[in-house]
Amino acid sequence: MAYFQLIQFKSRGLEPIDLSIDAGQCVTLAGPSGCGKSLLLRAIADLDPHEGEACIEHCVQSQTPPPEWRRQAGLLSAESHWWADKIRDHLPHSNSDLLAALGFSEESLAWEVSRLSSGERQRLALFRMLIGKPKLLLLDEPTANLDQVSAGRVENLIKEYLKTSDSAALWVSHDPKQRKRVGDRGFQIESGRLVPEL
Amino acid sequence: MNLIPLTPLDLSIAALLVFGLAALSWRMRLGVERRLLVAASRSVIQLTLLGLVLKTLFDQSNPFLIGALSLFMLGMAGYEVMARQERRFSGFWGMGIGTLSMFISSFSITLLALNLVVRVEPWYTPQYLIPMLGMLLGNTMSGMAIALDNLTQSAWQQRGAIEARLMLGHTWDQAIGDLRRRALRSGLIPIINSMAAAGVVSLPGMMTGQILAGSPPLEAAKYQIMILLLIAVGTGLGAIAAVSLGAFRLFDKRQRLRLDRLK
Repeated sequence: MAYFQLIQFKSRGLEPIDLSIDAGQCVTLAGPSGCGKSLLLRAIADLDPHEGEACIEHCVQSQTPPPEWRRQAGLLSAESHWWADKIRDHLPHSNSDLLAALGFSEESLAWEVSRLSSGERQRLALFRMLIGKPKLLLLDEPTANLDQVSAGRVENLIKEYLKTSDSAALWVSHDPKQRKRVGDRGFQIESGRLVPEL
Repeated sequence: MNLIPLTPLDLSIAALLVFGLAALSWRMRLGVERRLLVAASRSVIQLTLLGLVLKTLFDQSNPFLIGALSLFMLGMAGYEVMARQERRFSGFWGMGIGTLSMFISSFSITLLALNLVVRVEPWYTPQYLIPMLGMLLGNTMSGMAIALDNLTQSAWQQRGAIEARLMLGHTWDQAIGDLRRRALRSGLIPIINSMAAAGVVSLPGMMTGQILAGSPPLEAAKYQIMILLLIAVGTGLGAIAAVSLGAFRLFDKRQRLRLDRLK
């Protein structure tokens, strides 16, 4: 049985989607901006009203309390948002190995969010999401603000995470090379439909 | 001491000054002259009508008429709270939140005060009920409007931060908690300030009125103290009710932030 499944899932601007992703697999998603990629990810995280059903393992979206569902379906939006002054205030706990893999140390957590670069923010947002151990990663251009070295690091980290935690990922990326590198399968959005990318 | 009656001529002197201010606003291009004149005319008409209505009401002391006037005042207050919102809730909730919270706070506190504090017989004696209800509605209204406006504005501006918390699995209650606290604080600060300034900086309206009408100053002070304290409680309860209802309405049953419910 598929690990993650969309059944007649309809978000704004797209036709109903049927899709399944196995544990440990990553499916990439591409398409012109404004075609509804981000809205699809938001709908899967249940942040926007939508139709159809989504399942992660044995969890059915409509029957799972929303906070519980969103802990399992971690969404990393293209722009990260922070509500407190210090990074530490956003984290329930820490994980030194994961932090080091992203190029930070425990001391970094005392930094103020307003002084971070957009790349640092993006990597820390990924950290913030991963320590919650989501079973499905919804990644909206997670390396958009990163240089090549950091981007490679993030790619490897996510692939490693998928393998060790048996999670699935839906990865939106504009970069065809990156899609080749990280994806097991890929889809293009063309006039509201998901078309397999060859 | 007897009250010196004001003639229409006396009032027209004050009105002339308002016209002067409007002219000044026009000259300085403040752009508020129209609103100033409309608001001034409204207060002249509304207060004259109220005077006439209260005169008949006091003569008759009919509980149904008193009830009808109270409900009318409540409805108007609910409308004013809504009208002061930059981003108001659409549909029924726009007016519903203000009216309902005002009902909870001002009505219950007025009834409480009339029964337990002033102890008039019967409790709906219009000479007490209408002025006290009016004072409470008028003063709690602004605190609630500020608090609710603060909540909806900051939810609009901090949409990303609220949704970031939802994405991490926080409940709607946690995600809006900070904003709710800040909104409540902003609504309560004016009444806290006016309590602190009462008698030192400002001579509150009710006390002034009673003194002009010939009451001993100490009696007037006691009434003013009661009203100020009640207003503080009413504002607090009303703001808590309005902000809680508002925060609740900002999310749907799947705990999604629904800013589309604001206009």
